Amino acid sequence: MTDATAVKTAIADAHRREWARVLAATVRLARDLDLAEDSVQEAYASALDGWVRAGIPDNPAAWLTATAKRRVIDAIRRDKALRSRLPLLVEPEEAADEVGRHGFTAPAVGDPAEAVPDERLRLIFTCCHPALAAEAQAALTLRLVCGVATPDIARAFLVSEPAMRARITRAKRKISTARIPFRVPAPAELPERLRGVLAVIHLLFTTGHTAPSGASLVRSELVDQAMHLARMLRELMPGEAEVRGLYALLLVTDARRATRAGAGGRLVRLEDQDRSQWDRAALAEADDLITACLRAGPPGRYVLQAAIAALYADAPSYDQTDWPQILTLYDHLLEVWPSPVVALNRAVSLAMVAGPEAALAEVERLEADKRLSGYQYLPAIKADLLSRTGRTVEAADAYREAFSLAANEAERAFLAEQIADHTLLS
Amino acid sequence: MAQYAVLIYAHDSAHAPDATPQDTETCDQHSDELAQDGSMVVAYALTPRDMATSIRGDTITDGPFLDSKEVVAGFYVIEAPDLDAALAIARLNPVVHEGGGVEVRPVHSSFVQGEEEAGG
Repeated sequence: MTDATAVKTAIADAHRREWARVLAATVRLARDLDLAEDSVQEAYASALDGWVRAGIPDNPAAWLTATAKRRVIDAIRRDKALRSRLPLLVEPEEAADEVGRHGFTAPAVGDPAEAVPDERLRLIFTCCHPALAAEAQAALTLRLVCGVATPDIARAFLVSEPAMRARITRAKRKISTARIPFRVPAPAELPERLRGVLAVIHLLFTTGHTAPSGASLVRSELVDQAMHLARMLRELMPGEAEVRGLYALLLVTDARRATRAGAGGRLVRLEDQDRSQWDRAALAEADDLITACLRAGPPGRYVLQAAIAALYADAPSYDQTDWPQILTLYDHLLEVWPSPVVALNRAVSLAMVAGPEAALAEVERLEADKRLSGYQYLPAIKADLLSRTGRTVEAADAYREAFSLAANEAERAFLAEQIADHTLLS
Repeated sequence: MAQYAVLIYAHDSAHAPDATPQDTETCDQHSDELAQDGSMVVAYALTPRDMATSIRGDTITDGPFLDSKEVVAGFYVIEAPDLDAALAIARLNPVVHEGGGVEVRPVHSSFVQGEEEAGG
């Protein structure tokens, strides 16, 4: 008998670390996402009894996978309808190999020698397929790759549980009906498809880092899952510079988490954050990654974003930030990723190098860009620049505009304060 | 293998009743390529939007059903092992780089007079 508390800890640990590996390996046999998910969930549930009785296995992932696969086989035997379902598309030779290997008999349970084939990349690329809507990609990735329960995903995205359930069901149905394959894309498609995967992880992170709405600035569970995914992808695709770049970007950005909100969830600006509280180990790890990436070749979007974030974070104080270097990096970033949001952020560093007037002219030029209409950070940045040039009345107006666009309570409180300050001053 | 319908969206169809071979050259060339490599099952080029008549309820109107910049200029059905393969074929359509685009939809079932049903 093993201590039940130790078993519970081991199961929680295996859920966090191995869910994706177990599910992905089970999907290949089940060829049905729902059947695979149910079987994996049952395997985790049965571990509670099994591991208390027989001890925690040396290779929990292998035990869980074998148990889940046995449940898949039982379910297919029991229910003939499952055999006529629309199967998920697994490479034919591999599916044959898998069925042949097990011969539809139960694989040995708890045999640590059985290798668990690492199918996580296939799972990730299937969840992030561009034929699925962006919000469905994000939800499916949380559900299938991270094993987050649907009610928790609904909460993280502030949508109702039935709506989230419907979104996930619709995505799964499209995967089987349109035959989105369970496969890592061919080399020719890989760069484009990998960009999609990175975008999903980045979206999960930014949604958690500065919640688009709601009471708190940060949604920690989303940040943690995004970090987990970035780490997993880095392990699975160690050779991809942009994968390392994204991981570094998340490390640097998240290193400031504890200092971004003060008492009562109040937003604290970068220049006012307590730099001694930043996660130095994470920043050092990111610095090493960024340096290696910059040496390896022409940097992509995420490596450059990480390098910019690192320059902000590595400065001993806000005033000692290397603004000219940041501006140069923004110029590079605009070349590889010509986005109006990047141009807007570049204007912030331009203000520090060439003065607020020059930056203001740039921001006013960007106001004409339709893609930025309704983007709350444009009037917020403009307000700050106006304030610094002494145009207090106009600054108050711009802060009001930003306030009307903001939906996060911490950001709204900050903007309300700025409006009050600038109204009193004028 | 599965069947996918590819709907061609363009400002208008090049296949006017009096169209010259030059007018329809790029479409025809692409169609020939797909027919030759065996991925195309069936294809229809439609006449321009001016020829369209729409019915909604009891009302009959002149013109395409949707009042939009693009109309369905034609459609064809391809055979492919999965969506990635279907998208790889569909994106070769020249309309994609001529201001229009294509929509790819899995076929559920089909009927062609004189042929046995090729249901999905």
